[in-house]
Amino acid sequence: MIETIIFYVFAVTTVVSACAVVTVRNPVHAALFLVLTFFTSAVIWMTLEAEFLAISLVLVYVGAVMVLFIFVVMMLDINVARMREGFVRHLPLGLAVAVIMLGIMLSVVTSDVFFMDVGSEPVARAADYSNTKALGGVLYTDYVFAFEIAAVILLVAIIAAISLTLRKRGKTKYQSPAAQISVRKADRLRIVKMPSSEE
Amino acid sequence: MTLTLSHYLILAAVLFSISIAGIVINRKNIIILLMSIELMLLSVNLNFLAFSHYLNDLAGQVFVFFILTVAAAEAAIGLAILVVLFRNRGSINVEDIKELKW
Repeated sequence: MIETIIFYVFAVTTVVSACAVVTVRNPVHAALFLVLTFFTSAVIWMTLEAEFLAISLVLVYVGAVMVLFIFVVMMLDINVARMREGFVRHLPLGLAVAVIMLGIMLSVVTSDVFFMDVGSEPVARAADYSNTKALGGVLYTDYVFAFEIAAVILLVAIIAAISLTLRKRGKTKYQSPAAQISVRKADRLRIVKMPSSEE
Repeated sequence: MTLTLSHYLILAAVLFSISIAGIVINRKNIIILLMSIELMLLSVNLNFLAFSHYLNDLAGQVFVFFILTVAAAEAAIGLAILVVLFRNRGSINVEDIKELKW
């Protein structure tokens, strides 16, 4: 019973804040509403007993991706009025597309034809069942190659993001360590032989 | 009254529809477009987790793990492209970036 109440409270919050994300004027407010959506979704993931992924959703999305979003939104000079052009004009089309898609998906989801083999009751877990341990057990055995590929994807993303935004400034003065360590005495020091002036 | 699979699937469908509407409505604003894509991925992840829970199969959670990884990479590269675009053109309006070459 308590789970149902939690689900409904957080599901309503998720839907309302998701609506706010796509309709508010200010992109910063949209990013903050998206943070709220991720938080409430993490709670809903908790009710599905996916504790590890719920926590990693908060850590990765709220902690990293949304901070990046807010950073970029605040750094760029955004003309909100121009961005909002056509909002009212596209609103009926957007609502129509959304309602049609929702109708189709609901007719599939709520029909009795599909998902006949899915039990309505999930399997009850033991009290000492650890979701993180179970997930790690399959992640490092059955899915170890996929896991390695995910690591490579993250590395590629790091390199791509840095190399895209890295900019060489012409006027900056900087040291060249290679030239500094390969210097020789002959390059820097000149010994001049002079006759002594006092005889 | 207990929670069934349909509860979660309906919630995911509603979230997905909202993000579709967001993409259609905010087609000028590339930042909101990126956020709508994140919302879409979130609703797909909810589907995976619901089926993983009710079918008692951990493979769904592993999939969500990889989707999270790819989504984080996508957001980082997308925002980096956005920053470069703003530096070169001084605008991130979708109308201003319809040319392939300038």
